[in-house]
Amino acid sequence: MPNAETAIQLDRVSRQYTMGGATIQAVNDVSLSVARNEFLALLGSSGSGKSTLLNLIAGLDRPTSGSIMAQGQYLAELTSIELARYRCNTIGMIFQSFNLLPRMTLEENIELPLRLAEVEREERPRRVREALERVRLTHRLGHRPTELSGGEQQRVAIARALVNRPKILLADEPTGNLDSATGEAILSLLRDVQRQLGMTIVMVTHERPLAERYAGRLAIMGDGKLLSASEIAKETPQ
Amino acid sequence: MKARDLTDLAFRNLREAILRNALTTLGVAVGVASLVAMLSLGVGLQELASKRLSQSGLFDTIFVTPKNNFRGMGRPQREVQPDKPPRTLDEDARKEIEKLPNVIEVYPQVRFFTEVRFNNKPFATVVAGMPESSRNSGSFDGMQGDFFSSPTANETILQIEFAKDLSEKPASLIGQELVLRYAERQALPANDDSSTPSGEPSGGFSVVPKELRLKIVGIVETEPAAGYGGYGNARLLMPLATASTLRAAQVNDLRDIVRDNNANKTTYPSLSVRAKSPSQVETLEASIKAMGFAAFSLLDASKSLRTFFSVFDLLLGIFGSLALVVATLGIVNTLVMAILERRREIGVLKALGAADSDVQQLFFVEAGVMGLFGGFFGVLFGWLLGRAITFGTNVYLKRQNLNPIELSSVPWWLVIAAIVFAILVSLAAGLYPASRAAKLNPVDALRYE
Repeated sequence: MPNAETAIQLDRVSRQYTMGGATIQAVNDVSLSVARNEFLALLGSSGSGKSTLLNLIAGLDRPTSGSIMAQGQYLAELTSIELARYRCNTIGMIFQSFNLLPRMTLEENIELPLRLAEVEREERPRRVREALERVRLTHRLGHRPTELSGGEQQRVAIARALVNRPKILLADEPTGNLDSATGEAILSLLRDVQRQLGMTIVMVTHERPLAERYAGRLAIMGDGKLLSASEIAKETPQ
Repeated sequence: MKARDLTDLAFRNLREAILRNALTTLGVAVGVASLVAMLSLGVGLQELASKRLSQSGLFDTIFVTPKNNFRGMGRPQREVQPDKPPRTLDEDARKEIEKLPNVIEVYPQVRFFTEVRFNNKPFATVVAGMPESSRNSGSFDGMQGDFFSSPTANETILQIEFAKDLSEKPASLIGQELVLRYAERQALPANDDSSTPSGEPSGGFSVVPKELRLKIVGIVETEPAAGYGGYGNARLLMPLATASTLRAAQVNDLRDIVRDNNANKTTYPSLSVRAKSPSQVETLEASIKAMGFAAFSLLDASKSLRTFFSVFDLLLGIFGSLALVVATLGIVNTLVMAILERRREIGVLKALGAADSDVQQLFFVEAGVMGLFGGFFGVLFGWLLGRAITFGTNVYLKRQNLNPIELSSVPWWLVIAAIVFAILVSLAAGLYPASRAAKLNPVDALRYE
């Protein structure tokens, strides 16, 4: 049962697709609870259903059966417009391929969620700067994404995801396109942000060592099912 | 998303594919230009015709005759109401009509058959008095020589056919004099012997031949006095005031003498009443009829003319719209291509919190902006096209020794209507692409490379 400490509650969630006459069970009867301020890593091989599960939590897709509750809202009860507002205000998303709009400057990219949330124009520059400061990229404000390295682009994507001060950050393989050092730097940044802002992070990855180093709990998926979910025992820093 | 943000984004998107969007917008502009050029020609021709007709006085003029006036050969007599005695169309009646609201002028029709002597040779013709207002009627545009120097001048303007009768070189007649021989009406004193059977004295008149020398000041090719209200086409025109002072015997004189009219009192066979505008003709006509006169105008013909031009404009509009239909397909094509190219961007927008309606509106605004610019430039091109056609026509007319005309006209309502129409058509063209973009599944869109 969800309680006040639960950020996300999945209850027997399934998602199946029909493709070329065949039915594909992408997510199969998954129940999972994510606590507030938790950093959960969703691990699994390709096609295990972890990205589909992330999209369901993000409200980009609706489950075939089961229910999803996030920040006290049952997503099934939300209309299309309410779901869009949920994605805008409650969720922040980052992707493997960054998904920055190449035609826009960093400032414009980060301002985009503020436009969608109808934040006052006067308020926006301050919010953009604040988000960029958090990822330490204020000096690249007027640059275009293509002028940045992969790591920098992902930091901009994080700034864009944070600019509306969401409660939940969903990361879909955020280090997939980065070298290991940069990937580690990104995860370190995510963990700092999570601790500073008190956010819930659900990260899809297939890099177990990284996940173990930065996440608080691992959930492992296979063939659409949740195979296990376990806390990671960590040494208390001296 | 707020309207301003939506517009900002739409402009940004259009700027990013500037060449393709500019070409699409140009397509809309060409479509609108063809529509505007066609309609401007229609409107221009209509204005030209209306101006000419309004200057001719045909549509703002009411012809007033006594109620029992004969109508003409073979036409039935108008019914006369026995309880109302027919009123005489005299100077009193003229002044009374002149006092009616929205009347510019009331002038009698002075028109009589007479003989002209030129180089001692007689020529029969019809003389007509022209009011001073006919100077600006357009009927004398392009005339050789000048209009009468004053409203009471002993001058004449000849119709070209009559001028050709007088001389093989009509232009050489200007400045020469001719002699007008006419029959002046002189009232006879009332005489008991000539009393009517009822015992009332009856004033008759005698007809005295007179002559007047008139200086030929101009030759006109049109027929400014072509009779709507009169009989026959006048070939010799003179100032109305001069013609009136002649007291030349007219067709109504014989009728008046058998009636009990006093021959000393001037009566008119008909009066022309000019209203301030054709729209007031109907009311004025009714008021004159109520005064006991017969009145008629060409208003119905004017209505038919308007109907004709409405249909003409409609046909021109349909032809002009064909290019706009092609342009519309261009918009659909551009936006559908934009959806394919921006598929991933649409996915990102949705992932960041854009509602389906935001995406739909974004594409709508982009289509609308293309329509706005297309409409604006289309009106500009259409206007230029109209000017070019007018210029070409006037070069041709000048070579034919004809006066230049304003062939095309782009009134304000056409400018606004064309731009609004272009926007509406573009929005309609954006309906399908916008709806397709809005329905795009964000998960598929984000996966799209």
